[in-house]
Order: sequence, then structure tokens, then C-alpha cells
Amino acid sequence: MSKQDVCDLPGIVARWQHDSANLVQILRDIQESCGTIPSDTLDQLAKLLGVPRVRIEATASFYAFFHAESHGAYEVLFSDNIVDHMAGKEDLKQYFCERLWLEPKKLSEDGLVYVDDTADIGLADQAPAMLVNGLAIASLDKARLDLVAELIRAKKPLDEWPPMLFEIPDHVRKAGPLTGEAFVPGAALRAMIARGTEATLAEVEAANLRGRGGAGFKTATKWASCRKAEGTAHYVVCNADEGEPGTFKDRVLLASHADLVFEGMTACARVIGAKQGFLYLRGEYRNLLERLKSVLAGRREAGLLGQNILGEAGFDFDIEIHLGAGAYICGEESALIESLEGKPGKPRNRPPFPDRCGYRNQPTVVNNVETFACAARIVERGGAWFAAIGTPQSTGTKLVSISGDCQRPGVYEYPFGVAVQQILIDCGAEDAHAVQVSGPSGTCISFREFDRRIAFEDLATAGAFMVFSRRRDMFEVARNFTHFFAHESCGFCTPCRVGTSLLKHTMDKLAAGKGSAYDMNEMKKIMHVLRGTAHCGLGHTAANPVVHTMEKFPDAYERRLKRLDFEPAFDLDGALATARLITGRDDEWAHIADEP
Amino acid sequence: MAEAKKLRVATCSLAGCFGCHMSLLDIDEKLFELVKHIEFDRSPLTDIKTCGPCDIGIVEGGVCNAENVHVLKAFRKNCRILVALGACAITGGIPSWRNNVDLWDCFQEVYHYGIGLEKGQVPNDPELPLPFDKVHPINEVVRVDYFLPGCPPPADAIWKFLTDLAAGREPKLDYEMLHYD
Repeated sequence: MSKQDVCDLPGIVARWQHDSANLVQILRDIQESCGTIPSDTLDQLAKLLGVPRVRIEATASFYAFFHAESHGAYEVLFSDNIVDHMAGKEDLKQYFCERLWLEPKKLSEDGLVYVDDTADIGLADQAPAMLVNGLAIASLDKARLDLVAELIRAKKPLDEWPPMLFEIPDHVRKAGPLTGEAFVPGAALRAMIARGTEATLAEVEAANLRGRGGAGFKTATKWASCRKAEGTAHYVVCNADEGEPGTFKDRVLLASHADLVFEGMTACARVIGAKQGFLYLRGEYRNLLERLKSVLAGRREAGLLGQNILGEAGFDFDIEIHLGAGAYICGEESALIESLEGKPGKPRNRPPFPDRCGYRNQPTVVNNVETFACAARIVERGGAWFAAIGTPQSTGTKLVSISGDCQRPGVYEYPFGVAVQQILIDCGAEDAHAVQVSGPSGTCISFREFDRRIAFEDLATAGAFMVFSRRRDMFEVARNFTHFFAHESCGFCTPCRVGTSLLKHTMDKLAAGKGSAYDMNEMKKIMHVLRGTAHCGLGHTAANPVVHTMEKFPDAYERRLKRLDFEPAFDLDGALATARLITGRDDEWAHIADEP
Repeated sequence: MAEAKKLRVATCSLAGCFGCHMSLLDIDEKLFELVKHIEFDRSPLTDIKTCGPCDIGIVEGGVCNAENVHVLKAFRKNCRILVALGACAITGGIPSWRNNVDLWDCFQEVYHYGIGLEKGQVPNDPELPLPFDKVHPINEVVRVDYFLPGCPPPADAIWKFLTDLAAGREPKLDYEMLHYD
């Protein structure tokens, strides 16, 4: 990947059919070939696409991975999840910066390299991790960073870097029907054609498959409703925007079991009558793109995608991959659709739900990667087989991404209903004190609740499972998550935009030892405002980490409180220091005593 | 009967423009009704300089200098209920626009490079309040009980708020009174 080249704007626009709905993809390509999205490009782009410049600017300024100013030939972004911190990320980042004589968030003098943080990049089992020009490098240590620093200093193009740097093992520690059993591409589609479409939908219904993204909506209901909905075209969208910190099971499914996922999408297309599907892959998984494209090409060759699939007249379906650009909110299905349409990823008003009004306002099924993989297995083996696994309300298996304080982090495939205690034993986390289930927006459980079970009827989860030992400070865990939400709030609604920042500032105030009981109450009030008034799930759940840890680990907060009643948000006397210097004053009135 | 139970109210303007006080006066003829329920302690309206024990303290403006902190802390100490009145008290408002300017640059511009200045000096008299490097909302310095938004809050909102408090009710403002566009 050579940066700073002059980018071929007309070529990129032509590659995306001059369609402004592909704007995010066009901007990604510009960014990838030029290293930035220069301001004058926006004007040219507006002309080429025939849309106002403000529309382009709205999208270009929304996504974290797009920037107008140069980030040099090498952009290095350190993953900033709490698990990365626990694995020594801050020290390593400082070490790396010192090796290259630079400061974070500042382009090096020679314009060569830029270092910053980014939200979790889906490698919590191999933390700390980073992205170099969008490509992931995991399991960082000083030796690896030495190598990276050397390659950067030698100005080696990324494609000449040793491939072992970019190797990402799957770490499947406990396999199951999705991750451990061989799948013959086409097996599900053949079973479907033999059985008939109606009967196939009935099998998915009988399997009682529920969405694996966390909400647990019944897949067959979604498919049936989309099938019935009227529109000029129907679409299938696979949500691979796995942004929830601590989740990485979709990365493993896509890296090693992509056929299962694509087959599930194709089966869904047959049920709802879609000709076009999209895989919305989070930008952080850019390293999977070539591999996924070759799987798609292989499926086209084998007659499993394209016209007349498996010789069935009229069974036409193909899948296009769209890459995200660093926005957690695009994991919300309607924000994802907005992003697919080239807009900023802001959640839509719902209803109408995507099954009736989705991509290009047409009926669309949006399912999680794992849901499609399950669907493929169900279509292949039947609903009864699937329904026999797990619990009556939560059938099948669930992929759990385990990270943090345990000996064997990685992906574990469990039948639903497994107890947290069992998982902790399996992954080697005997001294676990707390577990963050389903990421920051999920639930934090303490050691008193380890008998709870992973299931929709108890602990619903999208897959993240971050383990914290007794040594960890649960306040710092929650504080990391408040920073995450403040960064990822899309800014559309005031309660979330302001509320997440207020939470972040208050947690920082407590961390600085300036907290009071008043601040704790303020955070509880903000939580009620967020839950009651935010526009989407991000805002509704943004206060969860604070509320849960406050409830379950009150000591972690109480020992940070300076006074019970109230404590100013800043150092009053310290804030006068500059003026004292300027005026040369040191009299009684130039100071403020620290008293309540 | 109201005579005996008059609420004692103190008001002040910190880093504000007195616009909120003007809005308080905009209650117009209802002021006659209002003074049946309240009496003023320290306030620009009475010219009393220090705040004594009060039921309600009304603060306009944010905190921009050391003196503001002393006044604000005295209000908090003496007032049962402390109210942040208007945008500047609640968020820092317009004075906080200077937060983007470095204090050194600010002083240089005002006392050295300003048009018409010769041999300018930075004043250092202890009588002059020493500025903070940033302007802060008052809730970052003391605990605040109520926030009354607006730039300024409409007279009717102030009236409703004060009469609710005087009647011992939890103050409640209709949407129209908080809706500005």
C-alpha cells in the first residue's frame, strides 16, 4: 500500500458506478490511495457524483478513519479497549513513540508516521493490538514494536513487511457445529432446493433461531415479514460491524468459516426473494477483505452465487462487500443501512423496521454474521436438530469471545444455557472477580453471580466475555467504557451526545480524586435521562458500565470520594496559576483555599 | 399572613451581563405581587454587599475569577436553595468563549498590543479580581439545586419558578417556558 500517491478519482468513482450511495466506499478508496481525503477532492467528488458538497462533507467528517489532514505514510492506531490497557498498551505505546521520537496525535516532523488510539479492533484475545494503515497487528510486545519501528524508519512499503506480523490465529478453544465441523459449500442450498422454500422457512421457525447480535429477535419472524413485505427489490445484509469492545467471534467466523455465513445469506435471499446482498464489514477487519473476496469468487465459480444458482432458474443472488470506516454506531442495523447508502451512520426512527423499509427504503433483512452461519446449519440439518441444542428459549450454540484475565483467551462455542462458572473454569480464570458480559453495553456481573447462565432468558450476549481478576480496578474498567461511548456517540440526539460526555468528565473527575457523593448522584440522574430519552440503544445502554459497577463494586467508587457533599470539578487555586504568573501577584486574594 | 413568612432572596451577577436580572425586572407589575412573598438580601437591586442567611440564592453568570468563587461560596453557605439563572451560570455561556484563547495571549492583546496603547502594563492591584485560565459554569464550583435555562430565562419562567418555591411547591415549568425557537 503506497500512500501519498495522486489518487485516480474518476477511476474510483467509476469503480463504484458513479453512485453516491457508495460514498463511504469511495471515500475509503480515496483515503487508502492518498492517505487523506483532501478538501479539494470533496469539490471534485461533488461534481462527479452530482450531489452537494455538504453531503459529502457530512459523511467524510462522520467516520473516525477519514481525515483531511495527513497522517503520514504510516498511520499507527493502538486499540484502546480496557483489555489492551491490562495487557500493557500504554507502556508499549510510549515505548513505540520514544523509539520513533514522536508524540501521539502529532504527525512526525518528517511527515512519516502518526500514532493515536482507536476503539477496540476486535483482537481482545490477542491484546494489545494495533492497526498500521488499517491492517491489524496483534500480540504486541517490545520485540514486535521494534520490528515495526525499524520497518517504518526504513520506509518499507507495507506489502513488503514480513507476513508473520499480520498473522492472526483463530484461537478456537472449544469448537462446535459452527466452528468445528466441516461444511461442504452448497450443502445447505441443495437441502433447501430439495425441501422447498416454504418448508425451509418452517425449519428455521422450528429451530427457534434468535438473532446473535444480542437482541435475540426471532430470525424466522424477521424473514417471513420481509418475504411478505412489498417492494421493488429485497435485500439481505450481513452485519459484520463487530464493534462491541471485547467481541471478536465474527472475525473468526469470517476468517475461517465464511462459506457458512455466505450460504446462510444465500438461503435467506431465496426465502425473501432478494437478488442482492451486502456484507458490511467493519473497517478494522480490512485484513479479511481479500480472503472474503476470494471465497465469494469461489462460490460464483461453483454456481453458488450469481445467475441460476445450482441450476435453479430464477435463483439469482450475489453479495457485495462494503467496508465500514471506524464507527461503532454502524453496528445498529438502521445506522448500518444509512452507512451502506453512503450517509453518516445515524440510526433511523423505528418503526418502520428494515424488514419493511431498509436499504434504499426497500424490504431488507439485517442479521448478524453468526445468525447467518446458524441459519446455514439449520437449512442443512433441519430445525429439530438445532432446537435440541441449548435451552427451549435459547436454542443452538453461542460463540463466546473470551478475553482479559484468563489463561486461554479465544473463541468458545457453547450450547446456550452454560453457566458463567463453567466458562471461567474452561478458559482458566480461577481468580475471576468480575465479568463484563456482552461488552460495555451489556452487563457487568460480580463473583456473586457466576452461577448465572448465558441465554436470552438470563444473560443475553452478543458474545463478548471480558474477565477481570481481583487485581483489577473495576472503576477504571467503567471509566474506559465511558470514554468509549463518549467517542462513539453519533451526536444526533442531545441526551446521548451530552450525556456520554458528562459521564466521561464525571468519571475523570473521580479518577483525579475530586469526587463527591453529589457526582455519584449526578451520574445516576444522567443514566435515567439516557435510558428515557436517547434515540437509540447506544444511548440507552451507555450508562450501564457505571451503574453496574457502582452497584456491584461500590468500594471502587467510595475510596475515590474526597468529600461527601460536593467537590469542585477543577483545582480552583491551580486555575489561577497562569494569571498569578502574568500579573506577578501572590497576595491573599490571588489564592483560593481548599475548603468546602 | 404572607408577611410573616417572606422568603429572603439574594441575587448576584458573576461573569454575566445582567440580562438575567433585567429579565427578573421584566416581571413588571407582578413585581408588586412578588414582593409580598419575598424580600431581597444581597442583590444589585438593594446594593447590600454581603450575603446573609437566605432562603434562595439566585446566581447569574459563570465563574471567571477568584472573586466570583468567594461570592459563590458565600451564597452556597448562606442560601438554603441555590439557583443557576440563565445560560452563563449553567454552561459558562458567552464569557466562556474566551476558553479557546490562551490567557497570556489575552493579556498581551489587551494590555500590550491593543490599539492606542503605549508602554502598556499588566495591572497587578490586589483589588482587581484575578482571572482563571478558563470560565466555568457555577455547578463546577458549588452544588447547585436548580437550573433555570434561557438567555435570559423569560420573566414568566422566573415568576413561575419563584412563586412555586414561595408556595412550597416543587418548581415546574411548562415546555413553552423552556422552548426558545
